[in-house]
Amino acid sequence: MKTATLMTTLLASVAMTTTAFAADLRIGLQEDPDALDTDQARTFVGRIVFESLCDKLVNITPELDFVPELATSWDWSEDGQTLTMQLRTDAVFHDGTPFDAAAVVANIERSKTLTESRRKSELTSVDTVVATGPFEVTFNLASPDATLIAQLSDRAGMMISPTAAAEKGLELANSPVCSGPYQFVERIQQDRIVLEKFAGHYDAENYSFDRLIFLPIPDTTVRLANLRSGDLDMLERLAPSDASSVKSDSSLQFAAATSLGYQGITVNVNNGARSETPFGKDKRVRQALSLAIDRNVINDVVFEGVYAAGNQPFPPTSPWYNQSFPILDRDVDAAKALLAEAGLPDGIAIEIQAPNNPVQLQLMQVVQAMAAEAGIDISITATEFATMLQQQSAGTYDASQVGWSGRTDPDGNIHSFATCEGGLNDSKFCSEEVNTLLNEARLSTDPAERKVKYNAATAILNDEMPIIYLYHQTWLWAMSDKVQGFTAYPDGMIRLSGVTIE
Amino acid sequence: MLLFILRRILIAVPTLILVSIFVFTLQKLLPGDPILVMAGEDRDPEVIALLREKYRMNEPLVMQYLYWARDVLSGDLGVSLRTNEPVLSLIASKLPVTIQLAVMSMLFAFLVGIPAGILSAVRRGTWIDWLANLLALSGLSIPNFWLGIMLILLVSVNLGWLPASGYESFWIDPVKSLTTMIMPAFVLGTALAATLMRHTRSAMLGVLQADYVRTARAKGLRGRTVILKHAFRNAVLPVVTLSALLFGELLAGAVLTEQIFTIPGFGKLIVDAVFNRDYAVVQGVVLCTAVGFIFMNLVADVLYVILNPRLRTSQ
Repeated sequence: MKTATLMTTLLASVAMTTTAFAADLRIGLQEDPDALDTDQARTFVGRIVFESLCDKLVNITPELDFVPELATSWDWSEDGQTLTMQLRTDAVFHDGTPFDAAAVVANIERSKTLTESRRKSELTSVDTVVATGPFEVTFNLASPDATLIAQLSDRAGMMISPTAAAEKGLELANSPVCSGPYQFVERIQQDRIVLEKFAGHYDAENYSFDRLIFLPIPDTTVRLANLRSGDLDMLERLAPSDASSVKSDSSLQFAAATSLGYQGITVNVNNGARSETPFGKDKRVRQALSLAIDRNVINDVVFEGVYAAGNQPFPPTSPWYNQSFPILDRDVDAAKALLAEAGLPDGIAIEIQAPNNPVQLQLMQVVQAMAAEAGIDISITATEFATMLQQQSAGTYDASQVGWSGRTDPDGNIHSFATCEGGLNDSKFCSEEVNTLLNEARLSTDPAERKVKYNAATAILNDEMPIIYLYHQTWLWAMSDKVQGFTAYPDGMIRLSGVTIE
Repeated sequence: MLLFILRRILIAVPTLILVSIFVFTLQKLLPGDPILVMAGEDRDPEVIALLREKYRMNEPLVMQYLYWARDVLSGDLGVSLRTNEPVLSLIASKLPVTIQLAVMSMLFAFLVGIPAGILSAVRRGTWIDWLANLLALSGLSIPNFWLGIMLILLVSVNLGWLPASGYESFWIDPVKSLTTMIMPAFVLGTALAATLMRHTRSAMLGVLQADYVRTARAKGLRGRTVILKHAFRNAVLPVVTLSALLFGELLAGAVLTEQIFTIPGFGKLIVDAVFNRDYAVVQGVVLCTAVGFIFMNLVADVLYVILNPRLRTSQ
């Protein structure tokens, strides 16, 4: 009798714990975010939390157009050296500090001067920022910078309370104070981040949840199991291998958006002694490898067809994609001919390092098998990510399978990787022509003019191939069928305006 | 007795210093630069230089160690390179989680392993013995991560009985805390229970042959009294030592179990810290683990003395 009672009580309490409050939204994240301070933060996953926590000056549409958020409008001066922004008058920070021009100035200055700030490179073009009215700020630039609006639509444009920033310093990361639709409640590292609705937000009526609970669950299988069991309402970065099972499950919904980033093979063409190989020194060998690869097969075999094949820094769906260089069909004979032309009729052996996770290794095994048919013998070195970064930076590698999470402005996907002094140019590819084109493309705010320059640059890169682009990831979300109104954005963020749960 | 404990604590000090030096050098030998990871995707050279300065990465290794040791002695384990949270408070918040998991697993292992061991020794050669051995073998052979995922699929997804992952503090919501911990404790406890069962069984088998047990039986004592009071009390000694040693295994096992069930404990802390090259956290966690391990061994030694009067006189 006692056992029976105990069991009933236990089961009842289990049932109680698994049904959360209807007005909570529980989101499964792939990783635990890092510091929750927009200036110190550096991870993609952290941006997902910031999206609900911190309003930005500028927002984007799913089509990547810039739209007002905290800034209601903006104007460029004739010479492109001054940007003037009009600000909302009804926004307020979570601690009650009003949002105004002085707050923007304090934020930009913090981003530019804080030792730990990771935003410095994003705001290098900004010389000074001045409050030219109570709700008007003016950015004076050292040189014209077309990418600035894009930077202000991300972490560099996220506003934190100047009062809290002055009071807490670096500690702000442990209890952030912004002006977004949700405010910080608590964080238990590696377990959860809880936000609650901020009633003082100017657009509060469009945000329907009382609380947001972000739960980092790194294992994709376990994350999906949590969604299926009802312990999550939504998850980001569904594994492509689970896409079909989610689509066929009537209690779940599926959403996808091609990302802004890319994945490819970065070749050491000029970074120290290890670049002195035919693969590093002769573009024909790199072209041969590219020709030996069937990018659609990679997508079908490794990613169940849900990602997008690619051969440029921008996905084929992007307006910046150079249509003159479509993805070529696989051509093993042409690849062999190129190798023979390069004096390697018997083929070549190359070593490529890849992140030691099952998916990237599977990708490289498919590449390895295809390359072998053209006489390119690839040995794959599974390398843990931190080590790979260091070796790329130091030039102690032949080639690396790496990618880039992508930026809204095309400059972010190409400039640092392809200019001679680019901070992320691990291949150390250097061409005066590409340098000039990419530097000039930054200066103009006219998309048509920029497009001509990017086309010219991608034409050269497509020939030189310091990076052999392979595919573009697609952001995949799975959610309960009760979640309504979710829109997938190519930046992979979760925007909750207008999203409801039954 | 007090002298004995004091002596043991004194011996522990050089061990701890050695452990800390070992871990410090070992992780510096790891390839991969933490500053590059910390600098973020953009790897701004200016940020990298400032961070190197701030975390004294430019100093010689010996100096880095001495700085760290000085801070530790003044009670400061540093801050997490990844989130800026003080390592000490990080550990303080993770420790109760893993202790709860460890205690529940140990409890499960004791409640299942020891009775099963006694029973299979007493009923040696019968079907009970076979069954217990079979279960022990399976418990030892099934990998934690597989058992964990299978349980999540069965119990959480198909049956919907228990939450698949997560954690709640016992003091905030005891029911939820227990329900989230049942599966992880079971997964972590199975191998322990199996090991305990096998050792209890073999110790009991040895003791059951002993003269004093035969004498006890000859005196006409009840079977239960003979087994529990005379045989088990003597057989339990090696089991106690083993349990203390198993505590180390438990912490190692917790690393995997916490990953599977996404429990924000010590194990998950150290794995994430190693991958992020979060040196301060790795150092702090290992130091605490070493202290815990030494403490458990001390407890085992003390228990030994309490359980075995012969050791008391030889003091």
